[in-house]
Parts: sequence; structure tokens; C-alpha cells
Amino acid sequence: MDHKIAVNIANVSKSFGSFRAVRNVNLQLKEGEFFSLLGPSGCGKSTLLRMIAGFEEPSEGTISIGGLPMAGIDANHRPTNMVFQSYAIFPHLNVEENIIFGLARSGLSRSEKRARAEDMLAKVGLEGLGRRSAHELSGGQRQRVALARALVLEPKVLLLDEPMSALDKKLREQMQMELRALQRSVGITFLMVTHDQHEAMTISDRCGVMFEGKLAQVATPHELYQKPNTKQVADFIGGMNFFDGSIKANGGTRLEVELPRFGQLSVDAHGVSDGIGAAVTIGLRPERVHIGSERPEGADVAVPARVIDRAFYGETIHYYLELEGRTDPLIASVTNFERADHFEIGDAVWSGFRGGAAVALPKK
Amino acid sequence: MNRVVAVLSRIGRLLPAYAVLYIGFLYLPILLLPLFSFNDSKILGFPLTGFTTKWYGSLAEQTALFDALKNSLIVAVVSAVVATSLGTLISRAITKHRFPLRRISQTLVMAPLVMPEIIIAISLLIVFLGIGIGTTLFTVILAHSLLTIPFCVSIMTSAFGQFDDALEEAAVDLGETSWGALRRVTLPVVSPGIISSLLISFTVSFDEFILAFFLSGNSPTLPVYIWSQVRFPAKLPNVIALGSLLILISILFLLVAERFRRRSERFTQQPE
Repeated sequence: MDHKIAVNIANVSKSFGSFRAVRNVNLQLKEGEFFSLLGPSGCGKSTLLRMIAGFEEPSEGTISIGGLPMAGIDANHRPTNMVFQSYAIFPHLNVEENIIFGLARSGLSRSEKRARAEDMLAKVGLEGLGRRSAHELSGGQRQRVALARALVLEPKVLLLDEPMSALDKKLREQMQMELRALQRSVGITFLMVTHDQHEAMTISDRCGVMFEGKLAQVATPHELYQKPNTKQVADFIGGMNFFDGSIKANGGTRLEVELPRFGQLSVDAHGVSDGIGAAVTIGLRPERVHIGSERPEGADVAVPARVIDRAFYGETIHYYLELEGRTDPLIASVTNFERADHFEIGDAVWSGFRGGAAVALPKK
Repeated sequence: MNRVVAVLSRIGRLLPAYAVLYIGFLYLPILLLPLFSFNDSKILGFPLTGFTTKWYGSLAEQTALFDALKNSLIVAVVSAVVATSLGTLISRAITKHRFPLRRISQTLVMAPLVMPEIIIAISLLIVFLGIGIGTTLFTVILAHSLLTIPFCVSIMTSAFGQFDDALEEAAVDLGETSWGALRRVTLPVVSPGIISSLLISFTVSFDEFILAFFLSGNSPTLPVYIWSQVRFPAKLPNVIALGSLLILISILFLLVAERFRRRSERFTQQPE
């Protein structure tokens, strides 16, 4: 392994009374990576973050940072710093005083501290705003100050708790790219907690998806999207069409599946080890569904369908297709090309897909 | 129906005039005090006889009055500090933590605000005499702390109510101990509230009469002294002059306190 481990979370659980917020989580963060913990609110991702920061102690298991076990070490002595959801900018201090707050015990002289602050301000794009008072800052500037204040202490891990939730959409997208660039330039491990899958996919090297205190899958954004481990993950990360079928042959990496009405096709086995005759669920992303007025060329399987609804998103159009013998509509996402075919509600169409575009979902 | 509306709207138009009269009736008598304090006569009443500042000039000769003023200042300063310190701690506990009997303890703390002062005074007198500590300035300080804590708790609860708890966590996260976080972040952020609370409790204590009357023993506070002087017409103009000064000081104090209270709101509010 060419990457060293920055944070090792081993068998960590956390209970609040009878509520089990985090359940037996195992996770290793590599040095210098941007990792996102993703999940719906209340899934335990923030609790996990707060345990790494030292604001909560695990009920079971151990957390090590840079190889050192953190049990019994208070938040103020941990090599972690945090960007809070509210940013928690000290309102009685100006920008520079906020940034050098944590250097009070560093033994640095006043001028050295100021030099560090200047340095950080430049890194986060706030040159010359050191004298600005906290309540004169915009949302984006507050986030930059929070970042500078945490990064100036050169933590082993920077923890970010929903850092974008206070920003409007346009600014959020801009700050996501800036945050990514900043992480690359400082080379520190970033651990971000978010409920926004787009945000996590856009900026992270790897993501961990959590449901009900359990870590469901850890993977790169691409892998997470293309090969979700469970139906729940597949559903949370973008839209997904599901098909129930039965296994005709299992070749280890490929699976021959019989889908009612569609017929037989070969899909990625994705760890499904069940034998012939077993039931299996197949996942297919909406943009992998072919739709046309004729039987689509290149589709391994295709059936006639009828458009029952349509949603226009600008760059894409979603068609909701009614298929005979299928209760859920099949969702097809079509890029809004210049010469794309457009369909109206009620149109009779063909829908199909290639076996290579679908993935088998392990039952959990 | 239309007639009713018309009559009501005519009454509505008279409301501002009513408000002005009402406020005038209540507040104008206070203005009479400064007016008479510059009147060259020992009798309080019209017609005014001439302008003088001699009542202010002869204030300095009243040693008993100055002793009373000194007593009042001691009581007001000490009880303001005691009440604000306790009030700040109580408010932090109430706003930050969820503990058993939280609401009941909050109600208990606020109770002196609605209890008749005369009842508090008599009960405290019985207790103090009963346990044998007698009545001194110390007992007045205790009583005034009890009376002013509700004011401090109201002000500080509102200051802490808008305080983002993440600020304390951020300070600890950046390497401070919990004591350091209190000293470097929590107290400075709510400091306008603390100053406002000090000023308000000082003002309340400074002009409090009933508790001081029962509990001050041989060292009267200023209001108690003034009351004792009202019986002697010759001393009255001096008292009036002093009263005018006190009104001025009270108004200044309240204005400053209000300023700090507003600053505290701006400090602790999260800009959207």
C-alpha cells in the first residue's frame, strides 16, 4: 500500500441511552485523501465525526489518528481541527484574531503568528481582509475564515461538518471546487460530512455511505454510482431502476439473468454468488435506458412502452415509461441534445438497454 | 354596522392624544422635581419665586446624606456584582444543559420578581434576627442580590439564548481548555449582556426602599435616609436637589445598559 493510514476507525459504536447512533463502523482514511461521509440526516455520520474530533467518546471500539490511539485524549489535544456547520466564527474578534486563536499556545511571536495568518488568508483567497470584523463577512467569507482558522494549526485531519449547507446553490458549487483545490494544495486529509450526494461525489476521492449507524459502502464516487452494494445505496446515490429476475447461469464475474418479458441478458455479477434459479435484483441507471420510436439498436433487450410522464431538467429530460407487467414506471434520462428525439405523454415508444449497463445488487 | 366602524375609527384617531396625555400625567410629576430644585423657596409649590443653585451647593455640607450615599453605593456595587455573577452562571446552566427540575429551578429563581417586596422584607428580617446576624449593610446586600438576580437572569438568558454552542466547541477544538474557552470566547461574547446586567441590577438596588428600610439597621441607604428627611421641611430642598441628580444618573445608566443589551444581540446573532 503506497498510502499511509491517517485515521483508523476500528469496530466503533456509539449509543445514546438505548439509541444506537453508530454501529460497529470500520473505516480507514488514507493520508492526503478527501473522504466524504454521506447519508440521510440522523444516520450517525455527524456522531462519527464528533467522535474523531473528541467531542464524543465511542461506546465501543477505538479511533487512532496517525497511529496513536485517541481514547482518553480530549478534543483540545487531538491533531484534528473542525469546520463547523455554523462556521462558529468568534464574533468579538476580527478575521486575523480568529485565525491565530489556536496559535495562543504555540510559543510563536506576535509577528510570526501574523505572518502565518497572512499566509492562510492568501491560501483561502481573503488577502487583505485580516482587519475585517466577523459580522461584516458574507457566508462564503465566513467559511473561508473557518477553513483558515483550522488549517493554520496544520492538523493531521481536517473535519468538515456539512460545510456547504449555509450557502446558496451557486456559491456552494463554487466553494466545492475551491475546497477541492485547497485540499490538494495543503495535502491534508479532509473528512467531510454531508447529506448531499452530488456534493460528496463532486469533491471526494472516496465516499462512505451510512444508513442507520452502519457503514453500507465505501468506494470511489464512480464505483459508488456504477456498482452500489445495496438497493439502499443505489437509491440514495441518484435514481435507479430495479428489475427482479432469476439467475440462469453464474460465471463468477458475469451473471446470466432471465428478466420477465425482457428475456435473458448477461450482467456484472458484482459479488452475487447465488446459484441457478435464485432470485436476483438488477439495477439500471436511468441514463442507461435507451428510448426510441423504433426498437433501439445496440440494446441487448427491448420492449414496447408508453410515455406516462415527463420531467424537464434543462440538460436532461426524464421520461416515465409504463411497461406491461411492471408496477413501477421505468425512468429513462435522455440528454437534451440538439437533435434528440422528443416524446409526448401518451406516445408509444421502445425502451431497452445493454446487459453491460446493468449491475446485479447483492442482497443484504 | 357602518356607524359602529365610523365611531370606532373616530375613537382610534383619538388614541395618540390619549397616549400623550396618559404618559404626560405619569411622567410630568418627575419633571417637577428638577424644577423645584432650582426654586428659591423652601416651600414646594407654585408660584416659583426665583432661580437658585444653592440647594445643590449646600448638598456638600450634608454629611449624614453623604454617608447614606456611600452606603447605597456599597450595597449597589456589591449586590450588582454578586447578582450578575450568580445570574450569569444560572443562565448558562439553564440555556446549555438539560437537567432534572430545570424549569422549577428557573421559576424559583424568577420568583422574587413577582413576590410582594414587603413579604420578602419581613421574612428576611425574621430570618436574620432569628439566626442572630442582625441588620447591617451586609443583610441589605443579601436581600438586594436576591431581588436583582431575576433581572440578571432575564438579561443573561437572552444573551446566552442566541449564543452558538459551537463557539465553545470551536475554542476547545482549536486547543483551549474548557476554562480557556469560557475566558477567551464565552465571556467576551456575552460581555455586553454582563455589563447591561451589572448596570440594571445596580440601578434596581440603588433606589430600592422597602428591603433596605427593614434590613439596613443603623446604616441607612440613600432612599431610607431621604424618606427620613421628608418630615423636616428645612431639609426638603436639598433632598429634591439630590433626587434630581439621581434621576439624571438613573436615566444615563439605563441608556448605557440598553446600548449594551442591543450590542449583545448583534454580537450573538448569526448573520444569515
